[in-house]
Amino acid sequence: MATIRFERRIAAPADVVWKIVGTPESISDWFPGITSCTVDGMTRVIRLASGIEMPEKILTIDPLIRRFQYEITAPIYRFHRGTIDVIELGENDSLCVYSTDSDPDVLALVIGGGTYGALIEIERLALAQKEA
Amino acid sequence: MARKILFITTDQQRYDTLACNGGILSRTPVVDALAAEGIRYTRCQPTSVVCMPSRASMLTGQYPTRHGAWMNGVPLAVDAPSVAENLHDEGYRTALIGKAHFEPFLDPFGRFAENSLASLGIPTIEQPWFDGRRGPHRGFDHLEFATHGAMGPLHYAKWLQANHPEALGGFFPVLDGDLNVSAEGGGDSGAPQVKFNSIPREWYHTDWVAERTIEWLNSVDVSDDWFCWMSFPDPHHPWDPPQSEIGRVNWRDVDLPENYPTTSAERESLLDQKARHWRLWYDGKLVSNYEAPNKWVPASLTADQVREVNALNAVEVELIDEAIGRVLRAIDDRGWGDDVDIIFTTDHGEFQGDYGLLFKGPYHVDSLMRLPLIWRPAKSAGIAPAVVNAPVNLVSLAATFLDVAGAPRADWLEGGPLPRSDDEASMEGLDQSITEWDSALFGVDVHVRSVVTKDYLYTEYLPGTVHDGTEGELYVLADDPLQRENRFTDAAFRGIREELHERLAVHIVRPGLPEHLGPVVAPV
Repeated sequence: MATIRFERRIAAPADVVWKIVGTPESISDWFPGITSCTVDGMTRVIRLASGIEMPEKILTIDPLIRRFQYEITAPIYRFHRGTIDVIELGENDSLCVYSTDSDPDVLALVIGGGTYGALIEIERLALAQKEA
Repeated sequence: MARKILFITTDQQRYDTLACNGGILSRTPVVDALAAEGIRYTRCQPTSVVCMPSRASMLTGQYPTRHGAWMNGVPLAVDAPSVAENLHDEGYRTALIGKAHFEPFLDPFGRFAENSLASLGIPTIEQPWFDGRRGPHRGFDHLEFATHGAMGPLHYAKWLQANHPEALGGFFPVLDGDLNVSAEGGGDSGAPQVKFNSIPREWYHTDWVAERTIEWLNSVDVSDDWFCWMSFPDPHHPWDPPQSEIGRVNWRDVDLPENYPTTSAERESLLDQKARHWRLWYDGKLVSNYEAPNKWVPASLTADQVREVNALNAVEVELIDEAIGRVLRAIDDRGWGDDVDIIFTTDHGEFQGDYGLLFKGPYHVDSLMRLPLIWRPAKSAGIAPAVVNAPVNLVSLAATFLDVAGAPRADWLEGGPLPRSDDEASMEGLDQSITEWDSALFGVDVHVRSVVTKDYLYTEYLPGTVHDGTEGELYVLADDPLQRENRFTDAAFRGIREELHERLAVHIVRPGLPEHLGPVVAPV
């Protein structure tokens, strides 16, 4: 089991960041390399730029603690858990933490590496929405 | 018309695999002839002993701590400096054909241009440059990529998949089901990353790289100036050359390397006097980096496995030499024979049995750090043949290319041009070469800095998971060319150690380094 964690401090209200993160359909707007997705109840299927499709099970959408959790259920994973926490630091100040736990280990880096770019996009969208 | 530049790289090739450097396993008449006509460097080092940081240094003329691709899996920023961009601006046609690896390979999200160009069906892509302009990807107006096998999204793999799908299964599957570097054994000896490959020679990536290079050269106008980086993926593992060729070197006739300790007691004694991560890796107790199979224990390596790996490696080196010969004939056929500078080198070395080890990692000894480097200047330049024994570094390549092209020296370069003789090296004060290593993988970090002078190889281990900042290695090159006797704690060498420490300290604190380097975003 391996863990990868990236975090980004965002100069936007936590609710603005959470609105992006907590909307499962929006992932293709902010995760680089995910070109589209479909959501059916608690099941999401993402399509990558390489053409690969990956099924996911949504585990948690908790607006009170602003936590989104999901699991990639593709057979290549023995275990996967993606967790995005949005933590309010101030009125216009948030910390967004994106964690990836995976077995096999290497897949934590393969997927978790993408989460670094995702946080940058989440910040970009949050700042744009704050301005709007 | 300016001088044209053919830059030839291989991947993971030891200094002593060339006959002109004393090698006895491979026949390398083409590169040997370049050495005889040009400048042969006997002490060239990379900036890093893994692919991405080293290759990024060739392109940027900077050390990894400045260009930012500090370990495999950390992409070189698309707006990093590139000597190809400067040459492009000078009017050169620019191409890179073969293995680039400035960006990670394992990229299911398709985030990196190197992995998307073949699918896009375009020769390059417009990217923003560090100076705010836009231009072709890293300054190359033609890109065709290959790596060590037939899987993945690169041009060679797609070509083979489309045209010869029956050959795909001949290659060693580089990764296992967990996407780790596979520890699977094969061949006659069960050596890791060895496989008999039924692919016909003309479909193998070595010949593909040469043929695509010739195709591109033939597309260039005869009056054009050009810079062509021809980059062979071999002899990097896996060792799976076309089976039709492996009879060139019978592994059963191959002598063990001089630096292979034949008993486990000798191996352990040698490793125990080096920094502690050497023995930990050998015993299978520490995996600090992705590049060697994590399920393989070096202590399990047998003498026959070393022989077979070295034989197959030699076959791959011969195939490269012959492929280069074909490209040189094509250049002559275009009438460019007197006007082309040819530089041949590699990105880092390989243990190939030294100390009882295989592959590579944070181990700064000649096995991994001493590289073949040959510069055959254009005959029209009238530069005298030479053997240069002064320490030089691949960080100097970018400045050398600019000098050859008559282009201005870029202010972001950290290395000056290669000396053309020992006298020139002496006049310019070129008396040391530095290699860096930084890695951080799943809770294990290792940080190494080494300096080589004409007399010494000195290494310091900065604080990390298994090092507390007090360990190091010091080898006296004249007395101990195989680096078997660590003098780091020898009181007789205290003054030498302090002087070499100062040299590293100056490098470590050089001004203008970025405060933060980018994160690891892929395994490799």
